[in-house]
Order: sequence, then C-alpha cells, then structure tokens
Amino acid sequence: MKTILFLALVALTPQMSFAKNFVYCSEGSPSSFNPQLVTDGTSITASSANIYNRLVEFEAGSTKIVPGLATSWEISKDKKTYTFTLRKGVKFHTTKYFTPTRDFNADDVIFSFDRQRLSTHPYHNVSGGKYEYFDGMEMGALMKEIKALDPYKIQITLAQPDAPFLANMAMSFMSILSKEYADKLTASNKKADMDNFPIGTGAYQFISYQKDSVIRYEEHKGYWGKKGNVDKLIFAITPDANVRTQKLKTGECQFATDPSPADIPDMQKNPKLAVLSNAGLNIGFLAMNVTKKPFDNILVRQAISHALNKKTYIAAIYMNNATPAKNLIPPTIWSYNNAVVDYDYNIEKAKELLKKAGMPNGFETEMWTLPVARPYNPNGKKMGELMQADLAKIGIKVKLLSYDWPTYLEKSKLGQHSLIQFGWTGDNGDPDNFFNVLLSCASVKAGSNYARWCNDKFNKLIMDAKTATDIKTRTKLYEQAQVVAHGEAPVVNIAHSKTFKAMAKNIKGYKLDPLGQDYLTNIVVE
Amino acid sequence: MKYILKKLLDMIPTMLGISLVCFFMIRMIPGDPVLNLIGERGADPARYLEMKKSLGLDLPITEQYWVYLKKTLQGDLGNSIISNNTVWSEFIERFPATVELGMVGLFFAIIIGIPLGIFAAIKRNSFFDYFLMSSSLIGYSMPIFWWGLILILVFSVKLGLTPVSGRIDFIYDIPTFTGLYIIDTLRPAVVSAEGFAPFWSSLKHLILPSLALGTIPLAVIARMTRSSMLEVLNEDYMRTARAKGMSRKRVIFIHALRNALVPIITTIALLFGSIITGAILTETIFSWPGIGKWIVASITARDYPVIQGGVLIISFIIVLTNVLVDVIYYFLNPKMRN
Amino acid sequence: MRVFLKELFFELKKNKGSMIGIIIIILATVIALFAPLIAPHDPTHIYSDYLRLPPSFTAGGNPQFFFGTDDLGRDLLSRLIYGSQISLAVGFAVVVISLVIGTFMGVIAGYYGGFIDKTIMRITDLIMSLPSILFAIVIVAVLGPGITNAIVAVSIVAIPNFVRIIRAQVMVEKSRQYVSAAKLFGAGNFRIMFIEILPNCMAPLIVQASLGFSDGILNCAALGFLGLGAQAPMSEWGTMLSDARSYIESSPWMVTLPGLCILIVVLSFNLLGDGLRDALDPRLKKQN
Repeated sequence: MKTILFLALVALTPQMSFAKNFVYCSEGSPSSFNPQLVTDGTSITASSANIYNRLVEFEAGSTKIVPGLATSWEISKDKKTYTFTLRKGVKFHTTKYFTPTRDFNADDVIFSFDRQRLSTHPYHNVSGGKYEYFDGMEMGALMKEIKALDPYKIQITLAQPDAPFLANMAMSFMSILSKEYADKLTASNKKADMDNFPIGTGAYQFISYQKDSVIRYEEHKGYWGKKGNVDKLIFAITPDANVRTQKLKTGECQFATDPSPADIPDMQKNPKLAVLSNAGLNIGFLAMNVTKKPFDNILVRQAISHALNKKTYIAAIYMNNATPAKNLIPPTIWSYNNAVVDYDYNIEKAKELLKKAGMPNGFETEMWTLPVARPYNPNGKKMGELMQADLAKIGIKVKLLSYDWPTYLEKSKLGQHSLIQFGWTGDNGDPDNFFNVLLSCASVKAGSNYARWCNDKFNKLIMDAKTATDIKTRTKLYEQAQVVAHGEAPVVNIAHSKTFKAMAKNIKGYKLDPLGQDYLTNIVVE
Repeated sequence: MKYILKKLLDMIPTMLGISLVCFFMIRMIPGDPVLNLIGERGADPARYLEMKKSLGLDLPITEQYWVYLKKTLQGDLGNSIISNNTVWSEFIERFPATVELGMVGLFFAIIIGIPLGIFAAIKRNSFFDYFLMSSSLIGYSMPIFWWGLILILVFSVKLGLTPVSGRIDFIYDIPTFTGLYIIDTLRPAVVSAEGFAPFWSSLKHLILPSLALGTIPLAVIARMTRSSMLEVLNEDYMRTARAKGMSRKRVIFIHALRNALVPIITTIALLFGSIITGAILTETIFSWPGIGKWIVASITARDYPVIQGGVLIISFIIVLTNVLVDVIYYFLNPKMRN
Repeated sequence: MRVFLKELFFELKKNKGSMIGIIIIILATVIALFAPLIAPHDPTHIYSDYLRLPPSFTAGGNPQFFFGTDDLGRDLLSRLIYGSQISLAVGFAVVVISLVIGTFMGVIAGYYGGFIDKTIMRITDLIMSLPSILFAIVIVAVLGPGITNAIVAVSIVAIPNFVRIIRAQVMVEKSRQYVSAAKLFGAGNFRIMFIEILPNCMAPLIVQASLGFSDGILNCAALGFLGLGAQAPMSEWGTMLSDARSYIESSPWMVTLPGLCILIVVLSFNLLGDGLRDALDPRLKKQN
C-alpha cells in the first residue's frame, strides 16, 4: 500500500510542482504594444502575435486563412461585401488594470477598425495617429462601410473588389482591441494607456514591461482557443544575437529568435538544442531617397546598383544563408519575375553611369545602417562598412550613421535619410504586401516607402493587380511592375535570407512561421 | 558641525556650474533645441509649440535658465522623449542596480585589496611584493570593457559557470523593496515562495560584473595600502613600539594599520567616481540595467532630457560623496581638526 | 635642461619597469610610424574569400594572414598595426591639448591667485565632479560621434589634472628668490610665469604627461567601444573590439587581440609614468 501511495505521489508531482515558465530571448524593445501602430517584427511578436486575435488568422506555420474571432464569413458575388459571423464567449484579458464586464462583440471590431479608418475618431490621434500598415495599404479608402448587423455579425463593404483583402484581415494591424477598455480609459483620461497596457483576447496577457530589459506575460485563463502549457511567458530583451545564443546555451532562456548566423553550425552540433530554419519570406534592401539629390537621378541609382557586390555581403553578413535578390519579392511568392536580369557587379559600368550623370568624381552622402539584427540583414553596421568600401571604389564617400530602433523607424518615416538600409518580411504571402507597402505612392505618405519613390506607371500596375480578382491577370501585372521597378532602381535589392530559430530540446509545439513572427500560443514546456 | 556646513555650502557653486553645463548642453547642439528635445515627433506642430512653451524658449536666455533652475530644484527634470516617463522615475528605477553592482564591486576590491597591500608592505621587496605590484599595475591599466568580455568568454561561454548577462534569472519577478536584489530576494515573502534560488541567482549574476568593475579599484587599493603601510612602518613611533617589545603582529595590525587607514579610506571614497565610470562600461557589457546603461542608451537614442537630467543627478551624487569624504577625513584625522 | 634629462634618464635606468615601458613605447611608435611598410596588407582591403580566418599559427589558419582576418575578411594584423597609429596619435593629441591648456590655466591660477584662481579652480572642480567617461560621453553626445570629437572630449576631461599640478607647483615657486629677483629686474608677468617659473615645474608635468597618455588612449578606446569614437572603416582598437563582440564565441581572437594591444600600450605608459614619478619625486626616492 505504502509503495503504491508513493508511486502515485511520484507520478503526480511533475504536474503539480512548478509553474511552467517560458523565457523567450527577443531581439529588441517593442515600439508599442498596439499592433495597429507597429510594422516591425519585434513589436508584432510582442503584441499581436501573442496577446491579440484577428477576425481571421493564418494557420500556424502557413499562410492559409482559418477562422479566428470570426467563426465563418460570406463573400458576396461582386466580391465587395464580406459578412463575418463572430465567435461567442470570447473573453478579454482580466488584469490588474482592467476587468472586462462583457464578452467580445461587434463593437470591439468596429472600434478597432474605425480608430485607424476615421480621422475624427476620438482615439485616432492617440500615440501619434500614424497607422503605417492601414494607410500604406489604403485600407481606409477600401473599407467603405463597416456595419454591425447584430452583436455577432459584421458586414464590411469594399469600394472595389480587392484580392488580398481576406489575407490582410489576418495581419497584425487588424487585431481586435477592447472597446470597453477604451471607454474606461477615456473616462479616466488615460487614453495613451491603450497602447502601453494592452488588453486583448490572445493566449497571453500583459503583466509588465521594463524597457530594454524584460516583458512579462501570463497565461490568459479564459482563452477561447487551444493553447500550450506555459503559465508565465517572459521576453528577455537581448539585442545582441550572440548573447541570445549564449543565454540559450546557459539555459537562461529557452528560445532564441534569430540567433547569429555565425553561431548556427555550433548550435546544430549541440545535443541540447534544436535549430529550425526555413527560406524566409523576406527581402533586405538599400533604399535611395529619390526626393533627395542626387538620388533623384536614375543614372546615379543605377550606378549604385552596379557598384554593390552582393556576393560578398551574402558571404560575410549572412554567412551564406541567403540568396542574392533581384526583385523585391522572394522567389517563393507567386508572380516572381525570373526574367528580370539583375544589375551585375561592375565598377566600370557604375563609373560610366556616374560620369553620365555629371558626377565623374562621385559625391559625399550618408547611409543609415540598420541598428537591429534582422533575418533580412543580420548586421547592418557591417554591411554598411562593406557598402562603404564598394561605393568608395566609384568615388562615392559614404558616412555611416545609425540610431536606436524606434528613432530609426521614426526618422525614416519622415524621409530624413539619403541612403538607408531596410528590409521587409512578408505578412500575408501576397505580392501586394511587398509592392504596395514598400513602393506605392500611398506608402510614401504612410512612411514605409523608404525610397519615397512614387512612379505613376508602377503604381497603376500594382493597383490594377490589387483589384483584379483573377490570379493570372494579377501575375501578369506584377511581373510588369517588377520590370518597371528594376529599370527605375529606387532600391537595391540585396538578399532573401533563411531565417533561424533556436530553442531548447524540451520545447515543443513551436511552428516556424513563414512570415517570420513567433507565435508562442502552442508552446509546450516538457 | 561648522565644517560640514561650510563644505555643504561649497557644493552650491559647483552644482550651479554643473546645472549651467546641463542647461547649455541642449543649446549647444546644432539646430533647433525644441526639435532636438522632442526629436522626430517634432513634426506635430501642436506638440512643438507646447514644448517650446514648456521650455520657456520664448523668454530671454537668463530667464530661461532661471526657469530651468526652479524646475530642477522642484525635482522636475523633464520627461524622456522615448518612454515619456519622467527622468526622475527612470533614474529611481535603475539606480539600485548600479548601487548593488558598485557596492559589491567595491566590497570585493576592499576585502582583497587591503590584505594584499598589507602583505606586500610587510614582505617589502620580496618576489611576492614585485609580483603584486606589477599585477596591480596591469589591473590599473586594464581596459575593463575588454576585461569584461574576456571574463564572459572564459567563465560563461567556455566553462559555463556564470550567467552571461542580466541581474537575475528572468523567471523570477522579485517585488521591489530596496531595489537591491541580493537583499530583496532574502525577504521572507520571497523565500517562502521561491526558496533561496532567486538569491543564488542574483548572486551568480553579480560575480562577473562586480569582478570586472572591481578590478581597477582593487589595484588602486592594494597599491595605496602598501604605500601608506610603508610610510607608517617607517615612522619613529613604530620603531619605538617594536623596541618596547610589542609583538610584530600587534605592531602591524593594531598600530600601523590604524594609522594607515586614513589615506586608505580616502582613496576608497575617491573611487566612487571611477566606480561610476566603470559602471557605464560594465553595465553595457553585462546588460546590467543600471544608470550607466541607461545613459549610454539615451545617447544612442538622442534622448536629450534623459542625458541632461541623468548627468545632473550623477554629478550631484559624486559631489555629495566628495563632501562626505572630506567630512570623514576631517573626523578621522585629528591633525586637521586643530 | 640637458643635464636634467640626463639625470632623469640615469634614474630611470635603475627602474626595470620603466625601461620595459620605454622599450614598448619606442617599439609601438616605430610600428605606428612605419605602418605602411610593416603592415602586410591594406587594413581596409576586404578579402571576401577569407572571412574570420583564425591566426596562422592555429588550426585552420592561413600563412598569408598572421593574426587571421576579421568578419569582413580584412587582415587583422594590418588593422592592429594601423590601429597603433590611431591610438598613439590620439594619446599624443590628448596630451598636447590638455597639457598646453592645462598648463596655461594652472600657471595663471597659481601666479595670480585671488579671483582668477578661484574661477579656474571652480571650472576644474566642475569637470572633475563628473566621471571622466561620462563627461566625455556627454561632450560627444553634443558634438556627435567621431575621432576628432572624441579627442576633444577626452582632452577636456584631462585638463584639470594638469591645472592642479601646475598650480600647486607655481604657488611654491612663486615665493622663491629668483622670482623676486626677476621682478626686481623689471620682468613682465608673462616672462616670469612662462620663462622663469614654468621650467621649474617640469618634473611633475612630465609625470602627468606620461599618465595622461595612458588615460587618453584608454578613454578614447572606451568611447570607440561605445560606438562614439572612431567610425568605420578606421581600424581603431576600441571600435574593433566592439565590432568583434558578436563573434566572441566563434572567433575569439578578434576580441582578444585588440584588447591586448590596448592593455600593453596603456601599461607601458603607466610603467613609464611610475618610473618617472619615482625618479623625480625626491620624497619617494628616499623612501624606497
């Protein structure tokens, strides 16, 4: 009897022993906890990916659209009206700073979209009023009307058919915020808290945040969906990629996002660690601000395109975990135009072009180098040094500059740069998500067009492609758009890189997201 | 008492000077001071005007300084551009981390440095003495930003004995009481909930950074102890004591040490400045969330209100410790009182 | 003067440490001056086929690159050699700037006393009330990062040391007979200060200059490490060190070597400074 009791105790102990902690070594401080305001992966992972939900979601590990806060949806024949049936019984987070009195309903959806859509909305100007995604993708003009048919039915009417619409609805910026919370904050005159102390419906809820140090979350007990067994989710903010690796090795964290490529071979040999990788849906590029001299001159842009030796960057910066890029979209996305012939590395040609542009002796300029490690550019400063050496060969003297990440984003949105390193990881697998966000005329205003290049021909092509619903037509239009972009050369496409995630062997349930975010809902700590 | 008062009054012009430096700092940066202060968000004209007004930039410069001074004396050091928190609250949040690191570093330097110095003085001109003095010179010349990295490389990366960075394992969320983790983790509430694991964790995290930070003070203290011991040992009354038949040990530890202690304590107190210098570099290497890392991060972020306010607070602390040193020195050294 | 130097050298020769210091300093100076001749490669040339090669004497090394290459495929030895140019130049610039300004201020403060003295001492108190690196960081924050601004910042920080030493010495010398004699002969204040008194303050000045060298190099390297000093593609040791941090595990030599260079050079100046102090300070001389 005694032994049985003992055995039973032993068997029971693991389950009842400790809270399951999961420490995630993240790469930077989020710029905000409101996904409507952010576009960078760091902030998205810290907000929308783990504490919010959308009406529709991407299936874990793919870009397939699955039900989220909407259980089903109908699309009208003319492809202009979408009717979403909302999920019942979805609870918002109950935290120290907010206790919800009602479940999620249509009001929350309308609030979340209208804040971004209507400049007269009381929350529109809170935290700066810049909705980079929403504006850049012209969602405001697209969504003509949003109506609640009943508390659990939402009808959205579009101005014109829009092929990527449903995929866009699954993106981070379409996350659903709580209207009840917003009203409470309005009443206590603390509107800005909305974006610093988030309330969502996701699997984790926010506890506290210490800038540059740590973000703490705990499990959302009333979460509507399936989740893993993590009680406490901790983001250890660790900007140095090699320190993330070291911390993973010493067990200070269980997951390192984007470890330094230099450490990958070593980690793969380590029996205690698992390293996952996939071809990232990304692009690293150098944008040239065409509103500034001399980058308004196409010859100068072409000269620079010829002068940069991508092969050396891929070897030195990406440790060969990348392929050279000639188009803005990676080859894994449909409509990739393989017929485009890349600018070859050719110093003589570059010099000639500069001469034609009237600057045989080159010029002096500034380059902003990416301050954070990203899969699409693991070391901005070093890539800057390589680019500096390359450009020096054709007489362009480059001064390298950088700012911390939030400042970098902020300043570049305003177009204060000349040459700037940037990159993009797709959010929904649609080519529109690259071309429209990065090179359309609308995105100049929104700030995510870092070349600040607005070309009528190109813009018409991608806008037509957006409204066309037939994938063949769309493919044609995007292929043409790529030819235009290549000829005009507003950006130098550098590389599409592989992405890496490293974690301890006892972490299960993680699925690599093709879009580069870390969804931690299903994590199981064994 | 009068002495202390005089010293405290002496602080005022120095602090005024520092406040002038901090005040003009923003104005020396090329460009519009308002734009420099609010940075990128200056694009919003409403915020721009609000800022300009709150800074009183429409007033003549002397009046501006007066306004700034009044605000500072009321404890209003402005807000961070990045986080929008007050500079003071950001400082308070980070200061204990630096205090903890500095104290442990200094403690380590003292308990090793003084005995080594005494020993070297006793065994003067021995091999040990030479060895100690040359290693202390190496320690004194050490670029600690490199030393810290080497410590990490050896002890964390290669041997896996110590954590790489941070103050405590992230899984522990210790409620702030004193802000010093080695104390807070020993509070009954924490111990009953988590046991002693958080305490060991915080101690383990302290080892390498305090070793790195303590290196230069250790070298200085050992050298200072040695030379002041030598000086005392050579004095006539020491010889007299020995001649009177006192044991060698007694002479050294009771008489010599007591007299040598005054300059040693002064040296230690004067090391506070170098501790803060060291903290800036050490905290950067070990991701230690103290004021050093705070200031460096604010500089890369061009967060001028934080730089301005942070510098003012740090210099105030240093000036205050210097006064404290003078006062202690005054009481320890009877010669000065007469 | 020549006699003074001769005597000084005689004293120094007795001190092994300072002789080692002098030898290293001479060596480093030679390396710096003849860097283009000594360095096997152009320090900024990128050999894209040879990334992060370990030193040639370890496994996997290439004899072409004695100390290996850095993350961009630049020869590490050549970068270190050119780095000595920067470090010594920086140290020299810092010492010259702070010595000239500091001496001038110190002489004036010590000689005139009164209000001038008080004002100057207040300024030095002010600079000294801030930790040197912090003050330098603030100056760089205002002026912007770069090697020139770093030198300016570190020089300003170094001024008070010179002011204090010179002032103290001038106050002693002021009451000497030769000063009153010069006054009697109708010498102007400036003549008395800089021709009569200053040469007699040489001893502490030399010691401080040597120590100022090491402080200057160390502080500039620290600024470089924080990303506020020399900018790419300059091969400054502190900057090299900070860049190599990401490879501390996979390529430790990239971290070890630049730091070792800083340590050796700083140490040699401290050794020399120590020796000079022993040689020039009669009180200490007696004791040892």
